Amino acid sequence: MTALTRRAALATTASAVAAPWILPRSALGQQKPARIRLGISTFLSGPASVFGVPGRNAADLLIEQLNARGGIAGVPVEALVIDEAPGVNFLLGECRRLAQNENVDVMLASISSGSCLAVAPLAEELKLPNIMWDCGTQRIFEEGSWRWSVRTQANAVPEIVAPLLYLLKIRPEVQTVAVVNQDYAWGRDSWAIWKTAMEAIKPGIKVVAELFPKFGATDFSTEITRLQALRPDVVFSTSWGGELDTFVRQAAERRLFERSLFVLPLAESSLERVGKTLPEGVIVGARGDHWFLHPTAKDTERLKGFVTEYRKRYGLYPIYPTFHMAQALFALEAAYGKAIAANGGAWPSREQLMDTLRGLEFDHLTGRMKIREDGQGLEPMLIGLSKHVPEFPFPVLDQMVLFPPELVMNPMGTKGLEWVKTLSMETVAKAPAPIPYKA
Amino acid sequence: MGLLLLLAALDGLAYAAQLFMVAVGLTLVFGVLKILNVAHGSLFAIGAYLASTLVGLAGAPELSLLALALAALATGAVMGPLIERGLLARIYEKEHVLQLLVTFALFMILEDVQKLVWGVQPLFEDAPVRLLGQVEVGGIFYTAYQLLLLPGVAAVVLVALTWFLRRTLLGRTIVAVTHDREAATAIGIDVRRVHLVTFTIGAGLAALGGALAAPTTSLVPGIGVQMIVLSFAVVATAGLGQIEGAAVTALLIGLARSLAVYFAPELEVVIPYLLMVAVLLIRPAGLFGRAELRRV
Repeated sequence: MTALTRRAALATTASAVAAPWILPRSALGQQKPARIRLGISTFLSGPASVFGVPGRNAADLLIEQLNARGGIAGVPVEALVIDEAPGVNFLLGECRRLAQNENVDVMLASISSGSCLAVAPLAEELKLPNIMWDCGTQRIFEEGSWRWSVRTQANAVPEIVAPLLYLLKIRPEVQTVAVVNQDYAWGRDSWAIWKTAMEAIKPGIKVVAELFPKFGATDFSTEITRLQALRPDVVFSTSWGGELDTFVRQAAERRLFERSLFVLPLAESSLERVGKTLPEGVIVGARGDHWFLHPTAKDTERLKGFVTEYRKRYGLYPIYPTFHMAQALFALEAAYGKAIAANGGAWPSREQLMDTLRGLEFDHLTGRMKIREDGQGLEPMLIGLSKHVPEFPFPVLDQMVLFPPELVMNPMGTKGLEWVKTLSMETVAKAPAPIPYKA
Repeated sequence: MGLLLLLAALDGLAYAAQLFMVAVGLTLVFGVLKILNVAHGSLFAIGAYLASTLVGLAGAPELSLLALALAALATGAVMGPLIERGLLARIYEKEHVLQLLVTFALFMILEDVQKLVWGVQPLFEDAPVRLLGQVEVGGIFYTAYQLLLLPGVAAVVLVALTWFLRRTLLGRTIVAVTHDREAATAIGIDVRRVHLVTFTIGAGLAALGGALAAPTTSLVPGIGVQMIVLSFAVVATAGLGQIEGAAVTALLIGLARSLAVYFAPELEVVIPYLLMVAVLLIRPAGLFGRAELRRV
């Protein structure tokens, strides 16, 4: 046994006394706080508020319900919401203010991929847990390693690969494709994924037009004339919000749907607004397996209760950002619960919370999902065909396929754009059987 | 090739008509009041939102065209005098930078007002488009609303405005104030009234542009920004204060844009601004503008 020297005893005492001041506060186990403060960044203004406001609404509703059942381990949750519309610099300033002045415990950022790419390094600097709740770029966890960020939903790769597999499953004879995407990062990146994957799976398909109207465009007449003249088998568009609504309506008014099959990976969020202007037989996606009539979860108490309460309060059916917000909040609740249990009932440190989020499996509105060790969330992709039914004044999804993440998401450590080159008709054949719509 | 050019020309014409109706109000207001009104985009947006509401309330598609006209009239008649008397009349003698800031602030306030009144969800009310049906040209379907009604209304606005300014007493009074405000005041013209009338007409034109655009597009927060930026490009390219110039320039930009979609899609976004830069490099006062001596 080693004898305790005077020097060792002094050093040990000094370390014990100094530790709380030397070590970062976040590294230490903590007292149970009086409340958990969340910073939420979302679009409250501008065109993307069509997603941002439903996301905020879902947060209001779910946090209220969470607090009504006692909060997280008895601690009430409160949210401070900031607008990411003014741009990245404004957002970073606001995040810093929330962390340093408002003492938020966790950040939920953001909708825009540009915002997420900017907030991740700031979260590292501030050692602030950050849950990316809606942004789609696959680059975040492919090009960087983030100790303080995770994402509780999928990314652009499965969101684009799944509708492509669906298309080739139901229409393997497709020969020509045209794209009409918004002229910004998402429009260009999503087309790059589609085009690369399509060339790998079925090399003969010809791209007859690549149209990128400006972001925020209000008129697609010229594009529609061009598409009518070219008559492509398929028109692909990842547009969203008011622009997708306008494109759908203008295309319907000019009978373009009669000439081409449309693939609209974000159209779930527009169905209630465009109504039956969107004809039957359009391939519709939902950025994950989100839909208020989810084929396997629509009769669960959790989803039914959420849809009923959301509709009662906001007068609309929930769309995918509300589900993404729910996933972030359910993940946070589950992670705190698991970390507290692992900590012998003591309140976890921020590090412990982040360690728990990685690898976490949790239940949410439409099923159970997992966060990968690199921080990337894994969720199925729901794709279906639009169908008109008497029960709703807007199209529902029929012939729904739930693509599992292992089929449409690139494995950890690989790059999405490279991985899609390995796809083939064999991948298409592995698509699960479609589930018909049931009232 | 001939058919493609014809199709591109038809698309360009419809687009130019929408652009002209907004730009002409902007250039008229600048020509007379010497104020570049950034809030012109808000008047466009409010006209569009109000039109959407009134078309919805009208119920019967036959009344929808009337609802569009009513929305433009109501917006112009209420917002025009309110803004001119309440705000602009107080800053005519101030520096241009301050005037710009004031109208920009108004623009920001009105953006929030739109969100408070109409929310953030996209609105779409296309009864007028459905009412007029489709027209087929060379196997391509167009809506009669875009191919016939919009260019028709734009042509009527151009002719009526030109006639009003050149053939009526009030119009000539406005032109007199445009040429020399001090001299006009000296001979007894009520410049305050001229400003009020001109701004109200300008506001009505912006609202008319919005009301006519409403059935063709989704109304979303920020729709006013999109239109005002492009309108500035038209007005700057034509030369500030040029009404016929605005019509020709809107047509040029509309045609250039649709030709770009057909033959070089990657240039679609940038083409109006390329055109503007090219014109301003050669003619700094714009295509139809005249260089003025600075009065020290």
